[in-house]
Amino acid sequence: MSQAPALRMQGVRKVYPAGDDEVVALDHVTLTLRSDEIVALVGPSGSGKTTLCSIAGALLTPTEGEVEVGGERISDLSGKELTAFRRESVGFVFQTVNLVPFLTARENLLVIDELSGRSGRRARERADQLLEELGLADKANALPGQLSGGQKQRVAIGRALMNDPELVLFDEPTSALDSKLGDQVVSLIRDEMKARGTAAIIVTHDERITHYADRTVHISDGRLDDAADHAPAGG
Amino acid sequence: MKLALRELRRQPGRFAVATLILTLIAVLLMFLGGLLDGLEAQSTGALRQQPGDAVVFADGAEGSFVRSRLSPEVRDVVAEVDGVERVGGLGNVQLGARLDGRGPRDLVPVVLFGYEVAPEGLPDGGPKPGQAFADDALRREGVEEGDVLRLGPARTEVEVVGFISDAQYAGQATLWASLDTWRAVLAENRPGGRLDGGAVQALVVQVGGDRSPHELVEAIDEATGGVTDAYTIAGAIDALPGVAQQRSTFQQIIGVTVVIAIVVVALFFALITVERTGLYGVLKALGAGTGSLFAGVLLQAVVVIALASAVGVAAALLLDALLPAGSLPFDALPSRLASSVGALFFAAVVGVAFSLRRVLRVDPAAAIGGAQ
Repeated sequence: MSQAPALRMQGVRKVYPAGDDEVVALDHVTLTLRSDEIVALVGPSGSGKTTLCSIAGALLTPTEGEVEVGGERISDLSGKELTAFRRESVGFVFQTVNLVPFLTARENLLVIDELSGRSGRRARERADQLLEELGLADKANALPGQLSGGQKQRVAIGRALMNDPELVLFDEPTSALDSKLGDQVVSLIRDEMKARGTAAIIVTHDERITHYADRTVHISDGRLDDAADHAPAGG
Repeated sequence: MKLALRELRRQPGRFAVATLILTLIAVLLMFLGGLLDGLEAQSTGALRQQPGDAVVFADGAEGSFVRSRLSPEVRDVVAEVDGVERVGGLGNVQLGARLDGRGPRDLVPVVLFGYEVAPEGLPDGGPKPGQAFADDALRREGVEEGDVLRLGPARTEVEVVGFISDAQYAGQATLWASLDTWRAVLAENRPGGRLDGGAVQALVVQVGGDRSPHELVEAIDEATGGVTDAYTIAGAIDALPGVAQQRSTFQQIIGVTVVIAIVVVALFFALITVERTGLYGVLKALGAGTGSLFAGVLLQAVVVIALASAVGVAAALLLDALLPAGSLPFDALPSRLASSVGALFFAAVVGVAFSLRRVLRVDPAAAIGGAQ
């Protein structure tokens, strides 16, 4: 794992045009994540959580400011370069699990390798290893329709880890799960991230799961609260 | 690509309706093509069987034998044109033929040709006087070798001494006789149209050397001072009354059918692409390129069209094999089947291209925040 911060956002601003006016979605956001740090990003709807995650995950480019993931500056990359960067260095787990419905659990882990024209033996071995670690070895050939909500979420976590990313973004990972299962999934996320030394941002409305994170960052009106601008605490 | 093929294999029901509609379109396309070729074969066989490279009619005849008359002097001029290797007279007369065992009013329409330069399989100069070779279409009417046909109102007797394949003319069966036999039948049954003194209705010309048929027809018309109207064989076929119009009509129907195939592919895959917007957003967010996603859609369209085409080709070949001879003018020609399959693949590519913009527009950022 590299010694550079997993994520460094410096003075990031994102502005969307709205007719003759403009909407400021992120306002001079500065945030740094260590290489194995888990940050819970909490804020109300429309506060800028999604925009922050999209910029950190190389889905959007900022209007102003600098973004580095794993020491690589991504704020100036082209669309094609961002796509390649996401494929290589970022993992995503989405709010609605969004597994490919006609692929087995194992194939869902391999999907991006296959879309990139890579489907080597090493990728298949890594997929099997991840499924084993996530307790899904016996479900490798099951279709998403044959899996429970928690099992689907675990497959999605496995998919996010397939490219051994610098940073994984979890978008409301427990919103579709009951509180008990939600706790289990977030606990699993923490264990997996810590075991791999991978940084993660967990976007959530749910304050109850923030205790699994190393740090909680609040966002409102596109600004992070003061605590977030501080250097991350050790641990 | 693997993703697209797996979807086809594991969710075939999703593509069933489009495959069924495109299969029906493919069958229709092959059927129309087969009908066109069948009808054209029935109209043009006599000219396609000509061993020459050009056919010369009188000026103003517009490719019609009945309206054409060429004197021996014109024939001599044509024979002297540089590049002309051989010239033979040709003429025809359309009559009703009476067959043994049929009632006096149960006539079979035939066209009796008189020839010099023989179509393949026939003797040069024609058979003996009073004899003729018959087109296979007459065999299907029950005519056998040795039968005597009584032609026209004069009931001129002609004995069938053999058969020739694929030599119909204007949708009618043909008889192939010497120029003398033809002149005799013409004089007895169409006194107004009789040709004396060695005149013929048309000349079949064979080219020698390097000269192309196109150059030759121009040279012939120039040499005769414009009293002739020479055609290449293909040109003479196009000049046959109704052939070009029939071809054009069928080609327009075939064109509309291909447009319908394009619309079906475009609508179906546009619908599939709309349904997949969320999935594409997720896959793009995970690092899939637009190119690979679009290639998957294109591959699915090509597979669906390949299935539809395979059924269409099989149906056309089966129909061609099962149809009783003479019942329906239908020919399943490999070239026509190949061009129809090509048109369907063209429809697949063009139809799917309408979905490209939709795939391009999918925003991977929409995958975050539950917007999908």
